[in-house]
Amino acid sequence: MTTLAAVFDKARSENRAALVGYLPAGFPTKEGAVAAASAMVAAGCDVIEIGLPYSDPLMDGPTIQDAVHRSLLNGTRIADVLRTVEGVAATGAATLVMTYWNPIDRYGAERFARALADAGGVGTITPDLTPEEAGPWREVSREAGLDTVFLVAPSSTEERIGVVAECCTGFVYAASLMGVTGAREAVGSAAEGLVKRTRAHTTLPVCVGLGVGTGAQAAEVAAYADGVIVGSAFIRRLLDAPDEAAGLFAVRELAAELAAGVRR
Amino acid sequence: MTEGTVLTPGDLTGIGAHDTAERGKFGVFGGRFVPEALIPALDEVAAVYEKARTDIAFIREFDHLLRTYAGRPTTLTEVPRFGEQAGGARIVLKREDLTHTGAHKINNVLGQALLTKRLGKTRVIAETGAGQHGVATATAAALMGLECVIYMGAVDCERQALNVARMKLLGATVVPVTNGSQTLKDAINEAFRDWVTNVDSTHYLFGTVAGPYPFPGIVRDFARIIGVEARRQILELTGRLPDAVCAAVGGGSNAIGIFHAFLEDQDVRLHGYEAGGRGLETGEHALTLTAGSIGVLHGSRTYVLQDEEGQTIESHSISAGLDYPGVGPEHAWLKDSGRATYHGITDAEAMDAFSLLARTEGIIPAIESSHALAGALKLGRELGPDTTILVNLSGRGDKDMGTAMKYFNL
Repeated sequence: MTTLAAVFDKARSENRAALVGYLPAGFPTKEGAVAAASAMVAAGCDVIEIGLPYSDPLMDGPTIQDAVHRSLLNGTRIADVLRTVEGVAATGAATLVMTYWNPIDRYGAERFARALADAGGVGTITPDLTPEEAGPWREVSREAGLDTVFLVAPSSTEERIGVVAECCTGFVYAASLMGVTGAREAVGSAAEGLVKRTRAHTTLPVCVGLGVGTGAQAAEVAAYADGVIVGSAFIRRLLDAPDEAAGLFAVRELAAELAAGVRR
Repeated sequence: MTEGTVLTPGDLTGIGAHDTAERGKFGVFGGRFVPEALIPALDEVAAVYEKARTDIAFIREFDHLLRTYAGRPTTLTEVPRFGEQAGGARIVLKREDLTHTGAHKINNVLGQALLTKRLGKTRVIAETGAGQHGVATATAAALMGLECVIYMGAVDCERQALNVARMKLLGATVVPVTNGSQTLKDAINEAFRDWVTNVDSTHYLFGTVAGPYPFPGIVRDFARIIGVEARRQILELTGRLPDAVCAAVGGGSNAIGIFHAFLEDQDVRLHGYEAGGRGLETGEHALTLTAGSIGVLHGSRTYVLQDEEGQTIESHSISAGLDYPGVGPEHAWLKDSGRATYHGITDAEAMDAFSLLARTEGIIPAIESSHALAGALKLGRELGPDTTILVNLSGRGDKDMGTAMKYFNL
């Protein structure tokens, strides 16, 4: 199992940013998700976030909504998410779960933390769990040896960035723009400033996500951030592919392009 | 305040000690479960509201709109012919159906539209189920010159086509939401997505006492006038407090609005009626408090219709305004503390009460409100003839004529 700390140490020693890829479990199929994530790792993703599909993904744009909806129609359950994590972690990539809070809350925080650690997961990203509500989750994560990643946004005040960063282990997730997930023409102009502001509060790595989808954008972000997070662009490749083989080829190609970007 | 006002400063500050100190916590319920990007906007709304609710100029302005635009105070109407079917109990209706736009939603909307101006924002967005909150929001936006976008589930757009037309006529853009169950919960998801993208210019004019802090408290305070008036009026009418207060509960704003003024009156029983749809056993219902479990939905910890892995279960009700798998956190708290009790009313029971009120009293109620009427019929038979039951007639039924025509083969 590779820890997040090890990933960022290695990237730093190679004088580059880390590449983080996102895919929801159960998409395009339960096995297909492991295959796609493995292809992303083989082509240069250092970290994989496995999304836990949720019925009400209120910070996701149309692409991830579509994938998550298909995954739920495929009957994806938390056991499948954990199996996906196990499969992806076996590739050697640091593997996180990204999830809205209610599924963990309902499953039982302690039970979920133990199950995720047992599956080889290294932590979680919880986009709607605010620091005020995160106390119990941080505690059980610490006990299970899991990192807890939370988000800061361009709208965050200095005080708020401090509070969020304090709750993070592994890295801090900086949302590049105000909006939902999804590839954009340009990475938000607020991203660089946000990374700089976040660094004033923490020595943890700061990764940038939302709206990054090309090698050029990855290179641009890698110039100031410790990691580049890409989700919707991978999903788009899978959605647009005529069959599974073509989908795998397309995500491998994109991962390679992004991996070259973070090394520029 | 001057003679003839409906609102006194205390009406916006008479808040239970259980919420503000803990940032919107009602016991274990409430709180904020939202993307961090929205926290500054929620903080700003909370701060501006905290200032406004004790600001005499704000209270005067709100009071003026309630009186001269919304048509407050609304009257009480005693309904003896309807009451005959309720075991002879004395049934008294609080006539929110007589407000401008035809439902209690206007109270909250006018208050929040004033807040929007204080926030310096020029655009409002809102979710709507039955369309009443959408119409009210479009109305206030027209009145105050705000840009207005309404998110409405595509299924609801069809059920409530008349209200879609009203919103458009009022100058609002109506966006049909085609993902998920295409009803209120998905409209809320979509409104949140808009808000996080356009938060600099936009206020999310939340329509019910659910959602993240500070919405449950703000919407409650602006709806609170219903109970404040009704309590005073029923004392004048009957010389004493009612034995029970009945209201329909979807998200729960009309119910909180009438319950809140009676919270300290321990002898007044508070009854909320949820949509039982086709019946609990069919799984097609919106019985969030009566059959749901504790979880997080739309930014708040509350009762939720969900499966064992936390996926939201789609609700069902003949009434679009009650078709919601969540509920305001203060209701969750009132339920668990035992102060209020919640029951289910099926589609059929609600439609029976709908037609009964029309035929016995010449009042066509909203199907939402008909759930409270059906509850009062049952409660009256249980409590007997020497009791008084106050029912919040939260809206009128004009918008429901399409549903009624189909249901009754009119």
